[in-house]
Amino acid sequence: MSARPHNDAPAAGPEYAPVFAALGDETRLSLVVKLSRGRPQSISQLTEGSQLTRQAVSKHLRVLESVGLVEAVRVGRESQYAFKPQKIDDVKRYLDDVSRCWDEALMRLEAFLER
Amino acid sequence: MSDKIEKSIELKAPVSRVWKALTDYREFGEWFSVDIEGPFVVGEEARGKMTIPGFEHVVWHVKIQEMDAERLFAFTWHPYAIEPDVDYSGEEPTLVEFKLQEVPNGTLLQVVESGFDKIPAHRRAEAFRMNDGGWAAQIKCIESYVS
Repeated sequence: MSARPHNDAPAAGPEYAPVFAALGDETRLSLVVKLSRGRPQSISQLTEGSQLTRQAVSKHLRVLESVGLVEAVRVGRESQYAFKPQKIDDVKRYLDDVSRCWDEALMRLEAFLER
Repeated sequence: MSDKIEKSIELKAPVSRVWKALTDYREFGEWFSVDIEGPFVVGEEARGKMTIPGFEHVVWHVKIQEMDAERLFAFTWHPYAIEPDVDYSGEEPTLVEFKLQEVPNGTLLQVVESGFDKIPAHRRAEAFRMNDGGWAAQIKCIESYVS
């Protein structure tokens, strides 16, 4: 791991585990991708064209909502779901940091072997 | 691609030399920047303290999983376990695998870190089926739509 001021360090990895877990399901992943592309959608719209029941889609949306990947918004009398990008950004930054740490560690290994 | 971080580097040193740099605790500690208490033994934990300035409070500990001579060295750990008052031991660790391969100019070293979803191994297969791209690829896709 490279030196980095303590307050710049990424949040602990374990915080992201539920986000990874939520994204690790094909249905949920496709719901997130669908919502990330544009405007909020209702459960009916999200169920359209899929083989899942409305109930199943609703259950998956609640999981995504519980980890902060989507949020419910009220549009008129209807409930719609909107994508929340913050968690994805955080998770990506975390992975990028871990990735960069490995790049740096391997550079040190290379230097060590060339001594 | 799946839920992993994969790195590849070609090192100008013979496989046996690279193997030693990975599995000898003093050599590993030197390039990784950690002061390790004792030798790596399969099935056992190895502990140490980071030697990077500003990170000396970080207790480094891994559990050695595999030492398959000159081919595979693997351990589990908690990356970024840097908050001094947080107990990471209850969390499912990630797995780090060092795979060595002889190539004409030396050694091809691949490092794979996996298990970020922290799903216990025995639950992983049944609980989640990743689509072909894996979530890591999808995260990149999602990010590019959003930004």
